[in-house]
Amino acid sequence: MKGVAGSKESNDCLITIESSNETKIEINSIVGAFFYDQIYSTIENTLKNENITDVHVIVEDKGALDYTIKSRLLTAIERMREDV
Amino acid sequence: MINGVGRYIPDNLKPFISSDNYQGIPRKQIPKKTKVENTQFVENISTIFELINIKSNMTLSFHHHLRNGDKVIQIVAEEIKNRNLLNMHIAPSSIFPSYTNLVDLIKNKNITNIHTNYLNGEVAKIISQGYLDGELIMNTHGGRAVVIESGELPIDVAFIACPVVDKNGNGHGAIGKSACGTLGYAISDLEYAKRVVLVTDTIVENLEEYQIDGKFVDYVVKIDSIGDSSGIVSGTTEVTKDPIGLKIAKDCANLLDYLGLIKNDFSMQTGAGKTSLAVVKFVNDLMVKKGIVGSFASGGITKAYVDMLESNLFKSLYDVQCFDLDAVLSYAKNKNHLAMSASEYGNPYEDNPICERLDFVILGATEIDLDFNVNVTTDSLGNLIGGSGGHADIAHGADVTIIISPLVKSRIPIIKEKVMTVTTPGSDVDILITERGIAINPRRVDLRQKLKNSNYPIFEINELLEMTHKITGVPRKIETDDKIIGYVQYRDGTFLDCLRKVKDEY
Repeated sequence: MKGVAGSKESNDCLITIESSNETKIEINSIVGAFFYDQIYSTIENTLKNENITDVHVIVEDKGALDYTIKSRLLTAIERMREDV
Repeated sequence: MINGVGRYIPDNLKPFISSDNYQGIPRKQIPKKTKVENTQFVENISTIFELINIKSNMTLSFHHHLRNGDKVIQIVAEEIKNRNLLNMHIAPSSIFPSYTNLVDLIKNKNITNIHTNYLNGEVAKIISQGYLDGELIMNTHGGRAVVIESGELPIDVAFIACPVVDKNGNGHGAIGKSACGTLGYAISDLEYAKRVVLVTDTIVENLEEYQIDGKFVDYVVKIDSIGDSSGIVSGTTEVTKDPIGLKIAKDCANLLDYLGLIKNDFSMQTGAGKTSLAVVKFVNDLMVKKGIVGSFASGGITKAYVDMLESNLFKSLYDVQCFDLDAVLSYAKNKNHLAMSASEYGNPYEDNPICERLDFVILGATEIDLDFNVNVTTDSLGNLIGGSGGHADIAHGADVTIIISPLVKSRIPIIKEKVMTVTTPGSDVDILITERGIAINPRRVDLRQKLKNSNYPIFEINELLEMTHKITGVPRKIETDDKIIGYVQYRDGTFLDCLRKVKDEY
């Protein structure tokens, strides 16, 4: 199962989430030097709140703020759930 | 030692003290170049290298008026490569992304030292990574004139791209197939270089009007083309459509009006970015509405200012560099569109440089810190992405210096506790306008007083920083490599900051 949301426009991010046999978060951000940890914990916390485990998340970030990252991830999760 | 903006400068360099420290120091000028009796016309660049005996370790200078369309610096660079000259020092007034063939020459140590006022693109990238064997010195436009006229930057040969040259060696930039407008950045090179070579693609019998005086010209080389016209006029002519940019521009124009700066005979300068162009448009509208006629606008001139000159909103334009084709055409035909040299523009030791006559200037920033120091030289990781150009010159000269910027650019806060690199000292920066609030430098008690009872959202700059961090989070501190790759030299010749190699992990 797989879900994708967002874009690679400036100030946005493209998030891909896919079921896997373990949880893995991969972040590729233009502002990673400054905000890697924050992006990581936003993803981690959102997955936790949604009770999701065993997924592979890929974040391609172009400087999105945390609420953008969170909403893109939630949408990607919805799409993954619909993708049967 | 620690200099006047709190930055470390090695003991062998003159540290920056303050932006008005030059006032107590006499102007130092080496003799101008002696008159050339017979200007020689030569077929190609290679012959010039033979005639002048250009060899390793020499200093060659260039101007950047042909910007991304410039072929002259590339042709000279090819010649350096073919002859395998080493340890060359080049002094182009700016380095553009199209100057890609300099990359190999830097990596192979053909070029080891650079003086410039602005650089971006591949050359900037590899220098940030530590590939330049010697040093990069970054000047302001006015400061470049200072180091040339004082003899601190002795130029062996100035290669001056010149769109049209006559039989007497006089040159002009306003006409010809590679017309680029005024040649303001080349004048110090013309007057003080040991040898001057004009490189042109158009020779005419006799020019009645010219900016380059043939009496300084040793050689003229005619080549097929000095520039690609599509790259010459690369300035944007569009006003921003971004709602944040428009809000900042509108607030800026209204604030200028509130401060009483939009009055008869006022003078101004802005950058040529899209938000700056929006400010110009709003100022234009205010002037029309209030029936105001300004004295002059200066700088790199764009169509927006040409239109204002033609509508008689300004009496004249002082132009060091034409940013677009409208400016080039206007300079060629309108007697009130005046050329100025970089020295007349920003040299602090000139009697009354244009920058000192400015009422207000609107400038951008990559970073600004709690002391109002501005960085337009490097990004927040330390990568070279620009340089002062005239930023520090006009920030000092103008009565009111305003920085306009969104608070956040792709999650990066523009306000820092300390900027990565000081380009312009905070003592010369008065007001920061962002989409969420305005900060006024505590030094400007007068401006704070005037705005005290206004409705503007005025904050202390640290409050704006806290506001930004609530939106973005607090960015991790960035470390630079210890290796010094060059220096930012202030307009008076003192040293403002060190440039350091970017850490490999970034």
